[in-house]
Parts: sequence; C-alpha cells; structure tokens
Amino acid sequence: MPSPSDTTFRNATIAVLVENEAGILARVVGLFSGRGYNIESLTVAPVDQNRRLSRITIVTSGTDMVIEQIKAQLDRLVPVHRVSDLTLEGPHLAREMMLIKVVGKGENRMEALRLADAFRARVVDATTESLVFEMTGAGDKLDAFIELMRPIGLAEISRTGVVAIARGPGGLLA
Amino acid sequence: MSATLQTQTEARTMTGAEIVLQALKDQGVEVIFGYPGGAVLPLYDALFQQNAIRHILVRHEQAAVHAAEGYARSTGKVGVVLVTSGPGATNAVTGLVDALMDSIPVICLTGQVPTHLIGNDAFQEADTTGITRPATKHNYLVKDINKLAGTVHEAFYVAKSGRPGPVVIDLPKDILIGKGPYAEAPQAPHRSYRPQTEPGADPIREAVRLLKGAKRPVVYSGGGVINAGPEASRLLTEFVRMTGMPCTNTLMGLGAYPSTDPQFLGMLGMHGTYEANLAMHGCDVMLNIGARFDDRVTGRLNAFSPNSKKIHADIDPSSINKNVKVDVAIVGDAARVLAALIEAWKEESAQQDKAALAAWWRQIEEWRGKQCLAYVQQGSIIKPQHAVKRLYEITREMGRDTYITTEVGQHQMWAAQYFGFEQPNRWMTSGGLGTMGYGLPAAMGVQIAHPDALVIDIAGEASILMNIQEMGTLSQYRLPVKVFILNNEYMGMVRQWQELLHGSRYSESYSAALPDFVKLAESFHARGIRVTRAEDLDAGIREMLAHPGPVIADIAVAKDENCFPMIPSGAAHNEMILAPGQTGGVAGVTDEGKVLV
Ligand SMILES: Cc1cc2nc3c(=O)[nH]c(=O)nc-3n(C[C@H](O)[C@H](O)[C@H](O)COP(=O)(O)OP(=O)(O)OC[C@H]3O[C@@H](n4cnc5c(N)ncnc54)[C@H](O)[C@@H]3O)c2cc1C
Ligand SMILES: Cc1ncc(C[n+]2csc(CCOP(=O)(O)OP(=O)(O)O)c2C)c(N)n1
Ligand SMILES: [Mg+2]
Repeated sequence: MPSPSDTTFRNATIAVLVENEAGILARVVGLFSGRGYNIESLTVAPVDQNRRLSRITIVTSGTDMVIEQIKAQLDRLVPVHRVSDLTLEGPHLAREMMLIKVVGKGENRMEALRLADAFRARVVDATTESLVFEMTGAGDKLDAFIELMRPIGLAEISRTGVVAIARGPGGLLA
Repeated sequence: MSATLQTQTEARTMTGAEIVLQALKDQGVEVIFGYPGGAVLPLYDALFQQNAIRHILVRHEQAAVHAAEGYARSTGKVGVVLVTSGPGATNAVTGLVDALMDSIPVICLTGQVPTHLIGNDAFQEADTTGITRPATKHNYLVKDINKLAGTVHEAFYVAKSGRPGPVVIDLPKDILIGKGPYAEAPQAPHRSYRPQTEPGADPIREAVRLLKGAKRPVVYSGGGVINAGPEASRLLTEFVRMTGMPCTNTLMGLGAYPSTDPQFLGMLGMHGTYEANLAMHGCDVMLNIGARFDDRVTGRLNAFSPNSKKIHADIDPSSINKNVKVDVAIVGDAARVLAALIEAWKEESAQQDKAALAAWWRQIEEWRGKQCLAYVQQGSIIKPQHAVKRLYEITREMGRDTYITTEVGQHQMWAAQYFGFEQPNRWMTSGGLGTMGYGLPAAMGVQIAHPDALVIDIAGEASILMNIQEMGTLSQYRLPVKVFILNNEYMGMVRQWQELLHGSRYSESYSAALPDFVKLAESFHARGIRVTRAEDLDAGIREMLAHPGPVIADIAVAKDENCFPMIPSGAAHNEMILAPGQTGGVAGVTDEGKVLV
C-alpha cells in the first residue's frame, strides 16, 4: 500500500534489455499480472542477434513508489540485463506503428485519402472499396487519425504498441 | 586428434544423468532429498552407481523441498531436491513457494517427458516451468544436452547469490539418457545477473550520521542477516554493542542477535514483545538490516513508526521502498553493510547523545517492566507457554547444540517467544508462506546436516498431520528428531482469530478424531510419549531428550489459550492487545482490519 504522500499517478515508458530466450516474455508478463501492475502497451523484438539480446518496451502507470517497484522487480529477473525508465531519464522518442483499414467508396474514399495525406499516412493496400494505411507516430497522433476515420468507414486496426529510445548519444547498453 | 586429447574428450562425454550428478558433485553437494518416478529413472540409475552423493528417500515431494530448506537454512549451503515429472513436480510446488517467500537457496531437479512429447499431454506431463515460474527465483527447461552442465552450474549461482531462492531445472528424459559434454563451472561472471553486494560509501556515511544524532534509535534486523552467513550475525552483535542501541529481530531473524543479551528486545510484530513494538513506534531513527517491512511486522502502514527516519539495508533493491518509504537506502550484503557501518562509526567524529540514549533505555525498561510474556502456570493443566519454556530451559541445562523447527500456528509463535537462540541457523520456521507441515520435514533436513545435534520440531496437533508420513523417513534413516506437539485439540491460531474477530463461532477449527500419537509413533518404529499433567512435564521432556531415536511427545495443553501480545490486523504497534490481566493499549479490530489476513 503506498503511503498517503505517494498517491500521484504518472506514466512511465520503460525499456528492458533481456536475453533472447524461451519464456522471457512470460516472465515479464507474469510479473505484471502477478503483482497487479498496469500494462498499457508492451512490445518486444530481438535487437542484437549475435549477443542474443531482445528489447522490451513497456508503457505503464502507477505512483512513483509503484514504478520504482516495477523497475526493481524487472531488474531482478535473472535474464534481464538493463532496465531504463525513459520517462525519468530525460528526453526520449516514443513511436508506434499502425495499419488501419477503411472501407468505403466515392466521397468517403476521397476524404480518407485527403486526411491520410495530412497525417502522412501511407497507402499500403487499395481495392475499389477499401484502403489500408500505414502510419507511424506518437500514440495520440494515431488516436486522432483513428477518430477521423471512424465516421468514414473504419473497419480494422492493428497497432504495434510503443517503441522508444532516448534522445542524444546515451543509450541502453548491456 | 592426438591419443591423449581423444581420451580426455571421451572422459568428459557422459550421459545427461551423469552430467547432472557430476555437476552436483562439483558444486559440493553431499545429499539430495527425493522421490523416484518414470521420468527420473535415468538419474536414479546413475545415483545407484556412485557413492559421492547420498539420496534421502522422503515420503512426499513437498517434504523433500522442506527437508532441503531445513538443510540449507541450518548450514548456509544450497539444498537439493529430485522429483519426477507431473505429480512429483506439482507436489513440490508448495515447498518451492515456501523457499521463495523465505529466501532459502534450493535446487529442485524435476523430471520431464522427452522433448518430442512436450505439449502432447503425455503421461505424467505437466508444464513444470510454466507452473513454477512464479514459484521460483528462476527456472530452466533443458532442451539441449550441450547446455546441461552449464545450466546446473548456473542454477547454483542463481540460487545462492544476491537474495537466495529456489531454482527449478526441468529435465526431459531424452536429455538424461542422451550423451553430451561435461563442462566445469564457468569462471566468467554471469551475463546478466550480478547483484550488488558492496554498499555505497554515501548511504553508509548518511546512515552513521543519522544514527549518531539519534536520541531514540532502534535496530530492526531480519532473515537477511541469517542469509548473509554467521559472520553477519557476529558483526550485528558487535555493532549493536558498540553503539549501545536496542535491537529487535523478526521471526525470520531470530538467532542473529543473542537472545539473552540485555540489548535484545525480543521479536517484534504481530506477536512481538511490548517493548520491541513500542520501541519501533517511538524511535526517531530506525536501522533495518535484512528485513522486508512485512505486514506481520509493520501493522497498519500509515501508523507505522510515524516519527522516525528510516534506514534500510537490503541486498534486493525491490525490498526497499516496497511497503515503507525510507530515508536512506543501502543496497548490499548484510555482512558487508555491517562491516562498513562499524568502520564508519569509528571514523565519524560526531558524538552520540549518551544522555538521550540513557533516557531512551529508561523508557524501554519501563515497557519491559510490563513483562508482556508473563503467564501463570497453575494446577495440572499445562500452559503451552510453560511447555516451551521448560523445553528451552531443560535443553539449555543439557548444553547440547539445539536446532528448533516449527509448524505453523500458535505453537510457532510461542516457540518464537519462549525459546531463545544465541546463534544463527538454529531456528527454522515457515515465515512468509506460513506452511503447516513444514516443521517435520525441515527437522529431517537439519538432522541430516547435523547428525549429532539435538533437533526438535515444535508442532501443533493439526499441522503435524500434514506431513506425518515423514515419520517413515525418520525411522528409515534413524534420524533422532523429536516432535514436540503442543496438543490443544484446536487449530489454535484459527480458533484465536475466530474468538477475537468472529464472535467465538468456532467454524471447523476443532481437531476432531485425532490419532493416538503414541501408537502412531510406535507404528512408525519410533517412541511415543504422552504428557497430560503439569507435574509430569519435565519428566516427559527428559524422557524425550534421553531417547536415542525419533520421538513424538504429545503434550496435552490448555485448549483455549490465546497467544499474546497481539497486534490485530489493521492496528498499529501502540494498539497491541495484551494478555488478560495485563493493561495496555487495547484496541478492537476495525472492519478494515477484518479484511486483512
Ligand atoms: C502465524 C504467523 C505469525 C507471524 N507473526 C510474525 C510476527 O509477529 N513477527 C514477525 O517478525 N514475523 C511474523 N511472521 C513472519 C512474517 O510473515 C515474515 O515471514 C517475516 O516477518 C519476514 O521476516 P524478515 O522481514 O526478516 O524477512 P525475510 O523474509 O527473512 O527476508 C529477508 C530480507 O533480507 C534480504 N536479504 C536476503 N539476503 C540478504 C543478504 N545477504 N544481505 C542483506 N539482505 C538480504 C531479502 O532481500 C529480504 O528483503 C509470522 C508468520 C506466521 C506464519
Ligand atoms: C497448509 C496450510 N493450511 C492452512 C493454514 C491456515 N492455518 C494457520 S495456523 C492453522 C492452525 C494450526 O493448528 P495447529 O497445528 O494445531 O497449531 P496451533 O495453532 O493449535 O498451535 C491453520 C489452519 C496454513 N497456515 N497452512
Ligand atoms: Mg493445535
């Protein structure tokens, strides 16, 4: 239970460098569900094949005390190399990619293409009655585009979740 | 390839089962606790053909893990368990969680169906790594025999470094049968897991500055000091004595500070002493070494030690600021931290406020004067407190090296309150998980490690039935463990909560249809003793201690005795309930408190 002075919530984008081995994702996800922490998004992919390293980016929220706990709990997992709180450690870039399908004809289709242009979304698939856009950006930009597509004919969305990296020369080395 | 090189390579190629045993040997393992089954038959076959490692056949896999815990806690070594796949592994889970909660280094080798059958619901298949992931510090499934030796070595490193804990190695049968290379333990540091043991200079300096300026300091130390090895307990004692500060121990920390020392306040927490809890509540600087601010210790968090600066030294950063926000965090091994504190205490020029400390001690003496553990033994009915106290006094008189294990319940708390320990590693109890059935198998493990010592399981009549089958193991290996049952015919701890929180509605807490423990002992080829009258207590204890083999001593005690002092759930340290007839801050249990365990 957090102390009364520790009730303000904040978001945190946490980068975790891990051994690329079976079960590592289950360990991380199990840690969050077992201890009741939030996961807003989680992404994972290998980043160094030679050294068998993967990078996990987790967006979470909690009080400062809870976020400190989350980092300490992640750090004590045996296959975890480094944990970095990008939100706390200085300016960082956070990006998400989405594929979004819009179904419609005529004026709706034209409107979708116009808005996509303004949002720098690329058309990656088109039929006479559908479009698939690829779009990269901050989460709120993706959210805004989704809201605009909704009345036009939004059919399906697939989002990657956030990947993030610190600005400047510093980095997360094993 | 030259001829010599070839023979060397050949010599280092073995079956998977041989690789496992060789790695255990290289890690200094002398004994393993286990139970066979289809998936681990290759390992049992390899065990049969060697003499370096002794196998103790338990009667239930849960008991194998508790035995390994007792072995580990009483020696500081890693305890090793071997069980089969499926039910063997699932039976071990309670023991694994117990070891996880109490930070006990244990390696559990589990059999698994052959790799090509994994996922097919094969006979006695269970997703052991899936099931034990949250039950262990770490676990492995070995799918490549080339990694087998390295995995076993790594498992030992993980189990014992940093905050110790249980590690499972799941071994598919084809890996045990197949042939592969043996490799010795690597010299290189682990790729990712390198816990910090050396404390930073700044927090040490800051801690000493705070402690020197303290007017009402208290040292609160826990199981981490035991984990850090006997040297840490010696340093704790040295530090507490050189600073003149009062010291209290958690349930898991008992023995780290000598119980007969005047600076010792006894255990703190839910069933801790009046003086320890009020010292925690009233202190201005608290030094926590190797304890984790458990809810049994803190009581209601927003009323916990409200006016103190808190220093916390722990090897696991996740223990720090988890429940209680602290002012100075020291990450490091308790022994290193204590050595650094002693060093810094000598160097720091600031003077202690001796007058304030003396006043603090006068206050503590006043609290002590309440004699919160006093009880009245009158008539023939044996008070459970008295039974433990006499057991303590008589074993002390005998001067034998004595190890105590417990089950879980009131008897466990009375053991903690009335049995004193002068040294670490003599007290084995299930603190974090509170596992009934822990004590007897743990005692078995202790006795294996210390064949000449006196090992006593202080038990309750309900708990002992949870692993009673281990009487067979005691007989088979002639382990002279003494089981000392405080038989109140109730799940006393449950009954006590029902009395205090649920209007004395004793729902399902009566121990009906109990066995005749004397006959039960005899049927397992052990000695059975029953004592029903206070006049006969000492003789019964002496008879138990004099018998060279295993004994069950069934001590009929008062049925309705409650364990005091008690801080009810959701209450603060200064809202303790004392025994009837003693006056102090008595509080009722709030509705909020009833939700808590
Ligand atoms: C019925 C019942 C009643 C109980 N009542 C009480 C009670 O009244 N009082 C009480 O105290 N407990 C009580 N307990 C036990 C309680 O639940 C906890 O198990 C106990 O308080 C935890 O002890 P600890 O804080 O010393 O931590 P442990 O569980 O022993 O943890 C050790 C801590 O030390 C750290 N550590 C490990 N190794 C090292 C090292 N080498 N160097 C430095 N740090 C290290 C770990 O990271 C951890 O934070 C009760 C249990 C039961 C079952
Ligand atoms: C495996 C398990 N089940 C249930 C409990 C809950 N529990 C705690 S103490 C207790 C009663 C123990 O009775 P007994 O062994 O007779 O000890 P007493 O309290 O009477 O000394 C129970 C049921 C537990 N701790 N462990
Ligand atoms: Mg009982």
